[in-house]
Amino acid sequence: MLAYIIRRVAQSVLVLLVVGLVAFAMFRFVGDPVDAMLGQERTQADIARLTAELGLDQPFPVQYWRFLEQAVQGNFGLSYRQGRPVSEILVERLPATLELAFVSGLMALAGGIALGIFTAIWRRGISANIIMTVSLIGVSLPTFLIGILLIYLFSVELGWLPSFGRGEVTRIGWWTTGFLTESGLKALILPAITLGLYQMTLIMRLVRTEMLEVLRMEYIRFARARGIREKSINFRHALKNTLVPVITITGLQLGSIIAFAIITETVFQWPGVGLLFINAIQFVDIPVMAAYLMLISVMFVGINLIVDMLYFAIDPRLRVDRTAGGH
Amino acid sequence: MTETRIETPAAPRPSRPRRVWESDFIWSFRHSPVAVVSFVVVLLMMLGALFAPLIAPHDPFNPATLNLMNGFTPPGEANQFTGEFFVLGTDDQGRDVFSTILFGMRISLFVGLSAVFLAMLIGVTVGLMAGYLGGWTETLIMRLADVQLTFPAILVAMLIFGIAKGITPPEHRDAMAIWVLILAIGLSDWVQFARVVRGATLVEKNKEYVQAARLIGRTPFSIMLRHILPNVLNPVLVIATISLALAIIAEATLSFLGVGAPPTKPSLGTLIRIGQEFMFSGEWWILFFPAATLLALALSINLLGDWLRDALNPRLR
Amino acid sequence: MKTTLLLTAALLAGTTLSASAETLRWARAGDSLTFDPHAQNEGPTHALAHQIYEPLIIRDMTGAFEAALATDWAPKEGDPNVWVFNLRQGVTFHDGADFTAEDVVFSINRAQSEQSRMKELLSSVVEVRAVDDHTVEFVTDGPNPILPSNLTNMFMMDSGWAEANGVVEVQDVDGGETTFATTNANGTGAFKVVSREPDVKTVLTRNDAYWGMDQFPMEVSEIVYTPIQNAATRVAALLSGEVDFIQDMPVQDLQRVSGTDGLVVKTAPQNRTIFFGLNQGPDDIPNDNVEGKNPLADVRVREAMNLAINRDAIRQVVMRGQSQPAGIIAPPFVNGWTEEMNQVETDIDKAKALMEEAGYGDGFSIQLDCPNDRYVNDEGICQAAVGMFGQIGITVNLDAKPKAQHFPLISSGGTDFYMLGWGVPTYDSEYIFNFLVHTRGEERGSWNGTGYSNPDLDAKIASLASETDLDKRNATIAEIWNTVQDEVLYLPIHHQVLNWGMKENVGIEVSPEDDPKVKYFTMK
Repeated sequence: MLAYIIRRVAQSVLVLLVVGLVAFAMFRFVGDPVDAMLGQERTQADIARLTAELGLDQPFPVQYWRFLEQAVQGNFGLSYRQGRPVSEILVERLPATLELAFVSGLMALAGGIALGIFTAIWRRGISANIIMTVSLIGVSLPTFLIGILLIYLFSVELGWLPSFGRGEVTRIGWWTTGFLTESGLKALILPAITLGLYQMTLIMRLVRTEMLEVLRMEYIRFARARGIREKSINFRHALKNTLVPVITITGLQLGSIIAFAIITETVFQWPGVGLLFINAIQFVDIPVMAAYLMLISVMFVGINLIVDMLYFAIDPRLRVDRTAGGH
Repeated sequence: MTETRIETPAAPRPSRPRRVWESDFIWSFRHSPVAVVSFVVVLLMMLGALFAPLIAPHDPFNPATLNLMNGFTPPGEANQFTGEFFVLGTDDQGRDVFSTILFGMRISLFVGLSAVFLAMLIGVTVGLMAGYLGGWTETLIMRLADVQLTFPAILVAMLIFGIAKGITPPEHRDAMAIWVLILAIGLSDWVQFARVVRGATLVEKNKEYVQAARLIGRTPFSIMLRHILPNVLNPVLVIATISLALAIIAEATLSFLGVGAPPTKPSLGTLIRIGQEFMFSGEWWILFFPAATLLALALSINLLGDWLRDALNPRLR
Repeated sequence: MKTTLLLTAALLAGTTLSASAETLRWARAGDSLTFDPHAQNEGPTHALAHQIYEPLIIRDMTGAFEAALATDWAPKEGDPNVWVFNLRQGVTFHDGADFTAEDVVFSINRAQSEQSRMKELLSSVVEVRAVDDHTVEFVTDGPNPILPSNLTNMFMMDSGWAEANGVVEVQDVDGGETTFATTNANGTGAFKVVSREPDVKTVLTRNDAYWGMDQFPMEVSEIVYTPIQNAATRVAALLSGEVDFIQDMPVQDLQRVSGTDGLVVKTAPQNRTIFFGLNQGPDDIPNDNVEGKNPLADVRVREAMNLAINRDAIRQVVMRGQSQPAGIIAPPFVNGWTEEMNQVETDIDKAKALMEEAGYGDGFSIQLDCPNDRYVNDEGICQAAVGMFGQIGITVNLDAKPKAQHFPLISSGGTDFYMLGWGVPTYDSEYIFNFLVHTRGEERGSWNGTGYSNPDLDAKIASLASETDLDKRNATIAEIWNTVQDEVLYLPIHHQVLNWGMKENVGIEVSPEDDPKVKYFTMK
């Protein structure tokens, strides 16, 4: 057990190193921070001086090593754009993204499970088929378009919900929350729907498939044969067995929710890390981009690791073979 | 699953087309109106994309033929300056929307199909290798898959786009954009194939017929290709179909983030990105027609994928 | 801890003031980069700083000089190398300290220091000295007639506050430094900082001790400033009434906004000209398909390209009427601009004939580099131009990208054909010549990506700085412009037009610098 965990952690660290390398490599190609940082009145001498100051004239491995050295200490340097420590900016922005991810994840989970059960039980019914088809519309349009359409409908035409930002936030320690004010809650609705729609469809389909599989299992047939009521079969037996893979997948999807928040946050001017990342790309703010990618990687690798360990704890046989495919 | 029919020597063996027509697979298709309609839609769109240069009334990719003054012509009306007429109107550059959709679909479908093919090729190959060979090959591949999964698809695509753009000589960048998109989307999508194929291979490789093939001295390569591959094709096909829809949407998303097809050679996604700028200004057709086309295309492919999944999964019948 | 307090204050302020009609909720595409007034020289940064800090002289909303912290200024009698500024009396900083000549000396020295981004504007200043508490003298290295126009964004800080908070040095943006002055500010301006979250929200409140309380409308009691990047979201926020005032209005939404009850759009020409640059210096260029020759080096080709651009069509369709076709790369406000040079002509036949004459009758192909997030409809203009050049046989491959990737190409010489826009904060042609016409070198010509080098012209440009005879100076400016126009150094497209969208009750006119100064706003 311990050996396995150590090996798995070592692998995770390796993964992070590779991710860091790839992420860092990209930034050599996205643009020139020197030019973005210097204003209209700048001379060739300014350019040379700044390049040297930022260490951009160093060989690539040196730059990468310096980056890693600092990253391990949680120090991602200073944002070229804001001139503040990146870690400070991330901490400031993270609550917005996590709250959005949490709400949309919750929405996706609740909605997905409910609809999944419904469509599985009445799988030949008309309404179930309509739900299945309509849910596909949500994944057949790009997220940004859905977001803009929602803004158009609910903010501009109906005037019900805000079109941008987090509303009023309350500060609790270093965390800021939009859960405690009316405007904060209202501001959450549209972005959460935009972000959660795709995951909801995914979960709904997964629940439906799993339910259908479970409902065909022998013991359910026995239960039916024994005359146990249909409702009890559906909820006590079938659903319970469905939930384990569903929750696993949802956990694994948390990473992509946070990543897809990039688009939602851009459309809704949601002040989270995704918007920070997009701003950083436009401004070629290398430290912020690198830190963001590392943050996402750490989260995702962490989630992966925890899921793996849980599997290991539950059933050692499963430790190699974890093919919980999303489709 | 289809070879259980008992053949009686007395009855004449039906012709091959007839046998195909009557197979379970086709039967299920013929009796699913959703599948038939989706299939027809996808087929029509593919044909439209393929023959776009013949069907389209204008060539939107040749800027020298465009007249800027045709810009913002509403559908079904004559332009106020030039008097020219366009079925679905024109966009901000005076391009015929109908023609740009046909040509845009061509790019979207080309990118989507090529990306999925690439993902499938990589995923199936490494999946087979991981599942069959096991050992360090498997560890390496599956850890690589973890790295890949660490980066959500759009981030991978942005990474690759950024790197490729940096190393491509400027004079080739225009043509390169499409290939970079294919590479970016394809590389971000192989893990699914690899995981499913590996899982299926693990199951198949312990079956008697594979053991037997090994005993008679077949090489691992030949066993993978001739025995295991055919048995994992069904899930691969389902994933490929759904991936196609995802790839087309991914291209659209990337173009919103500014890394998609160039505006002079727009894909459906680029058209939508351009169109959304005119949502409040009343030029609805610049957004509506490309968006409706993309929706119809992706929805049909998704529905087909749905049907395929059920049709190819005998347990669900 | 400090930010916590500020934020709590902001929350309290928010609850009491959100219902108040005098709150101005202001949105634009980008945020200010820092509060340190000398750390950046950038539009949105200065625009926000103008609410908090003040220079000696400002430009009012029409672009004309107006006395701010100086009441009057003139060259010293008998010494043309000295400017004398008389300072306003009784002005205090937000923290209560008095504004004196000592603060001016401190601020100018600070703005001249190594890490300052404002130092180029003060390069002619040798010394600043306080004559008495309310008189300051600027000593320049030669007569400098345009010094006042270099001071309109030169903000004054309190020396005592800077010393107390360790911000005597300018924030070293290059070194990635952050200081107390990055997120805190203590100016003499009409508004005080309540809270600041970069890229999210900045709240300012009226400075009731402001010296100009009676001179300006001062009707806004609170400013909530929010950057909203996505154009559609920004417009949606105005349409749905969530903000009162937006800058960076997309031209296609002007009608929708002005057609909405309670909203108006105001328009004015901006101090910025958009144009194409052509790499005409080298004998051969990499981004075309002509081997061994540089087609752009031939003035006939450049003239043909100039004739191929249909500026009226771009204005009408791409810009929806929101631009002014340009024949010269200087906005009309600028000293040296003439109506005659601004004339434009489109003549495809003549252009084709010129191409034929130059030996490019079959055309050639070249890459055009264009930003897609910098100027109004930049990408659309480039796309339209691609079609127009196509008509005279030039196949143009368009490569549009974010500004952070576009501008380095110009400075590194990685582009042969590019779009650029230029604003002239000094309202004088010399500024344009220094950056765009002079041979590229250490001190001047850093934005000249054309490879053009003319020693004669360089000498004339250098002479402008110290020429005191204004007539003579203007004659030299005219000569330089004549050469620039004859050589078709650049292909001008248009002068940009600014649009601000606002609620009907907001009363303000658009300033050519795109910097709303809220003290001028009225709120009905």
